[in-house]
Order: sequence, then C-alpha cells, then structure tokens
Amino acid sequence: MNYIDLPLEEWTNNFVNGWLLPVMSGFFDSISTALSSFIDGVTNLITSIPPEIIAVVLILLAWKLAGRGIALFTLIGCLYIGSVDLWAETMQTVAIVIVSTIISVIFGVPVGIASAKSSLIDKIVRPILDFMQTLPIFVYLIPSILLFGLGGVPAVIATFVFAAPPAVRMTRLGILQVPEEVVEASKAFGTTSKQLLFKVQLPLAIPTIMAGINQTIMLALSMAVVASMIGAPGLGSVVLSGISTVNVGLGLTGGLAIVVIAIILDRITQGVGNKL
Amino acid sequence: MNKIEVNHLTKIFGSHPQQGLKRLKNGEQKNGILKKTGMTVGVNQASFAVKPGEIFVIMGLSGSGKSTLIRLVNRLIEPTDGEVLIDGEDITKMDKHTLIETRRKKLGMVFQKFGLLPHKTIMNNVAFGLEIQGIEREKREKIALETIEDVGLKGYEDSYPSELSGGMQQRVGIARALANDTDILLMDEAFSALDPIIRKEMQDELLKIQNKLGKTVLFITHDLDEALKLGDRIAIMKDGKIVQIGTSEEILENPADDYVSNFVKDVDRSKVLEASHVMKKPEVLLSYKDGPRLAVRKMEEASVSSIFVTDKEKNFKGLLTIDDAVKAYQNNISMEEMLITEDVYTTSPDTPLNDLIGIAANVKYPIVIVEDGKLLGIVSRVSILSGLVLGKEKDEVESI
Repeated sequence: MNYIDLPLEEWTNNFVNGWLLPVMSGFFDSISTALSSFIDGVTNLITSIPPEIIAVVLILLAWKLAGRGIALFTLIGCLYIGSVDLWAETMQTVAIVIVSTIISVIFGVPVGIASAKSSLIDKIVRPILDFMQTLPIFVYLIPSILLFGLGGVPAVIATFVFAAPPAVRMTRLGILQVPEEVVEASKAFGTTSKQLLFKVQLPLAIPTIMAGINQTIMLALSMAVVASMIGAPGLGSVVLSGISTVNVGLGLTGGLAIVVIAIILDRITQGVGNKL
Repeated sequence: MNKIEVNHLTKIFGSHPQQGLKRLKNGEQKNGILKKTGMTVGVNQASFAVKPGEIFVIMGLSGSGKSTLIRLVNRLIEPTDGEVLIDGEDITKMDKHTLIETRRKKLGMVFQKFGLLPHKTIMNNVAFGLEIQGIEREKREKIALETIEDVGLKGYEDSYPSELSGGMQQRVGIARALANDTDILLMDEAFSALDPIIRKEMQDELLKIQNKLGKTVLFITHDLDEALKLGDRIAIMKDGKIVQIGTSEEILENPADDYVSNFVKDVDRSKVLEASHVMKKPEVLLSYKDGPRLAVRKMEEASVSSIFVTDKEKNFKGLLTIDDAVKAYQNNISMEEMLITEDVYTTSPDTPLNDLIGIAANVKYPIVIVEDGKLLGIVSRVSILSGLVLGKEKDEVESI
C-alpha cells in the first residue's frame, strides 16, 4: 500500500522543533504561567480550608442533592481519606479536576452552542472531538511536556483534551433537544436570537449540559494517574509510586481514594442536574 | 384593506429552490419536480386574502402544505417566492428588526402541540410575549392575570404546563397569544390534539373570543367539520396548491373539482345546509281568485293530492287538499273556508336542515318556506333526505 512516501514523522518533528518550540515558546510560557497560578490558587484555597469544614459541606450537599444514603457514604469516604492520611493529595487532585472542568466548560459550552446553531461549525467540531477523545493520551502528553514543562499545567491541558468533548457534545444535544414547537413558538412571539438562547434554549438544556459536565468531571478524575506521570501532584502520584515500588497496599489505598472522590462528585453533580 | 394578503406564495424545500420555482412556473407538477430534482414543493403559488375580523380556515390533509403555509405567513419559514402583506406591509421583505416587531405587535400564534415553555409557570408563559418586549414585570403580570382569567384558568397561575391537561394547556396557548393583543391570530391545528368534547368546547370558545374581540383568525385544520363550523371562508389545499376558496355553502354546493367533492362527500350536511338549499318551487300554485274547479283540474294535471294557495302578492294562505276542493265545488263553499292552515308548518329559509329533520318526520304536509309572509318554496321529507345525501348533485339529476 506504500504508493507515496509520507514523511509525517519528519514534518511533525521539524514543525515542533523548528517553529513551535523556538517561535511560540513565549506564548506557551504565558499560558503556562497563567494556568499554573490558577491551579495554585485553587489548590491553596481548598487546602487552606480545614478538612472538617469541606467534609461537612460535601455531606450537606450530598444530603440535599442526592439523598441520605449518599450523605452517609460521603461521611465514611471523608473519614477514610483522612484515616489513610491522603487528604492533602486528595485536595491536589480535586484542584486539578476543578481547574480542568472549569476550562472545559468555558470552552465546551460555547462551542456546543455554536455547533447546535450551525451545522457547518458542527461539521468542523465533530472530527476534532473524535480526535481529542481517541488519540492515545501519550501522543499529546509528551508534546505538552515540551511546551509547558512538567507539573500541574500539562496535566490540566491533557485532562482538558480528554475531558472537554462531553461538555461540547452534551451542550449541543441539550439545545437540539428543545422541542421544535417551543422554539417555533418563542420565535413566533418575536424573540431575538439572544432571547431565544438565554430565555428558552439554555434553561431547557441545562439538565443535559449538567450531565455533560458530570461526564467531564468523571473523565478528569480518571486522568489523575496519567496526569501524575507528567508530574502533577495528588492521588495519582500516590498510586504511581505504589505501582513503581510494587507496593500493592499503597496503590490500593490511593486508588480507593480516587474512587471515593469520583462517586461523591458524580452523585452531587448528578443531583444538581436533576434538581434544575 | 385586507388584514393578511398572500400573493403567489411559494415554498420549495431542497438544494436549488430557484430552479424548482422555474419549473413550477412552467407548469410542472409537484410530483414531477420531486422525481426530477428531489425537491419538495411545500406551497405552490398560493394566493388569498383575509379580511379584518374574519375567520379564514385553510383546510387540507397532512402533506398538503397547510402548516408550511401558515409558517410562511409569519416567516418562521423563509418563502421561496411571493409576498405576504400584513396590514399592507410585505413581511417577506422585512429586515430582522422589523420582522421581530411585526411578530410581537401584529401576529399571535397558537400551536398544535401548544409549544408552552415547560420551565415557566402559566403566569410566565402567558406573559412571555410581553416579557421579551421588555415590559416591566408588574404591568405584564397584570395583563397576563386578566388574560388567564378570560380563558378560565384563574388559580392556575403558579402551575407548570406539565401539571395541566391538554385542553387547559391549549387555553394557556390561546391566553399567551391574546396577552400580546395582536389583531391577528394564527392557529396551526390548534385543536387537533384535543379530544372531541374538549375540541368542541374550544371551538365555541374561539367563536366567542372572536365575537368579543374581533380578531382576524387564520385557522389551519385537517378536519372539515371544524373548518365548516369555524370558517367564515374556507380555502382547501391539495399538494401545496389552494384548489378552492369559498364559504362553507359554496364549497359544499359547488365543489371546484373531484378532490373537493370527494372531500365534502362525507360531511354532515345537516349542520351546514339550510332550508333554502333544498327547498323546491311547488309544482302548482293556486291563487285565491281561482275557484275550486280550477283547483281540481290543476291537481289532476300535476297528479298531486294537495295544492298551495297564495294571494295575488304571493302571500302564503294555506293548503287545499283534493278532497276539500271537491267538497267545496259540490257544496258551493268558498275555498277560503276549506284551507288548511294549522297543520302546515312554516319556517324561514335560513333554518338549518338539522332542525327540519325531526319536524319533517312528524308533519303530514311538506314544510313551507316563508319569508315576510311570502311563499318561497316547499321542503318535503324527500328533499331533506336527498339534500343530506346528495347535496347539489340532486339538481343535476333532476335536470337530466
């Protein structure tokens, strides 16, 4: 099948080494600085709050939004994380999840709206999303180290690439799901396109958008171990050091903490979606 | 001036509508265009005008283009060709801003599936049209509350649409359209999703509202009975074309083509037809001055057993039977004394046929149609029944 010799490898390397790194490094540096101070800010904020307060807030939220069972689970989960002495690592992981989720939503929701409104944009966006979700993580993990260095920033970028697509897709779906007659009726009464979006389509799409955000959070958490491979602090690095020293107990201890956080965040965000 | 005027309005769905338009104007048919180009002709050069205060019904089966047509009127769908004049202004040429203003101020709309906003209360649904115009909360809620009361939903202001039955939801739909106080109401199969009893109730309500507020209503339906009941005039659509426009009587009596006559074949004519539509001239008439002898002769010639008697001004006087005429002749009694007046049922020409069916079964003689005392014609039981079955065709049969 080798009819033409395609030197994609060479081209890419030339592009990265010859242009991207030397010419654009200033640009990437400034992104890196901004992101890293964002991550630090969030991390400092949630680690400065006493664990007991965070635990109580989470339990109350779980109770309000997901019922008594989940509140009980949250209580036990928080006690577990405290008892295995992983609270600080958990908060570091949660900070990266929060930052990547916020960035995913900031990008994802508007892009989702745009692709719901224009089939042309949808045609362009869709393959990009497929690309983001299926390209093996390590393919873009390594370049993101080259561009942003080690630490939390490339971890957030990599997490964003992997976790943003559901936010885009579910936003688009949510808007397209608004019944045709409701949209027609709104137009017939003279809504501007802005009014149609903000007074009708978005409010009705919010449960679906929330389901997308919930998926984004779950995917972000699932990236925790991978993110720690490129130097992100948190539960991932606990698991990673457990694996690398064949310390099965340590691996399980960190892994369980990830599962606990995942379940708590999933049930609470699902509850938000259902309440709206 | 016409409230709505639609001229040569055409909508072609597909990739090259202008090409399809050219074919249409060359007289090609909807099916041919679909086969050759894959494009669907939604509405084909429709023209009609709606007068102020009129209920104009567009009726057709599904796929006839009626729903597309009503959406072209407020430009929810962009037309391919033609014009739509709302109060003389062509909505198809308006810029975005003017279009939105026209929709807000002039065109209310009611939808088959209601199209209510599920996340808003009934109050906020009804006030929605005012809200998007930027009318302050207090004022718009006052108007909304009055309108909610008008449609009989007082007490449901804080409910959500999903908590209401279909009929109540459509009342909200109507209230929402009324709250904007537009002159024109566009109603797209507004009652088709409701069950028959509620539908009838809503039809009566609409007539009442229209009577009170004098709205101009463009009403879409696939139900001929509904069209006949509501419509001052009816347009019948087929394959995107308007095939006939007329009053209920005109359409029932003179269907424009086979399609329409097929359509109206099964109509419950008794609700639509009036006495004047089925009455016949009495075969023989007797004037006062004619004596009983002539009466007997006339009856013999026409081989009938009774004869209607009028005076010189054609005022109806009574009925004379052959027995009485013979008796009068033999005993030299004056004809006036022998006239039957009490057993003869008289009524006005606009009496619905429906009302006559029961009467005709119980009277001995044909019903006499009288206007200002003058005899116009007679209605026999046979002519009522044949009118119900055949409509106007009956005359054709007779003329052969």
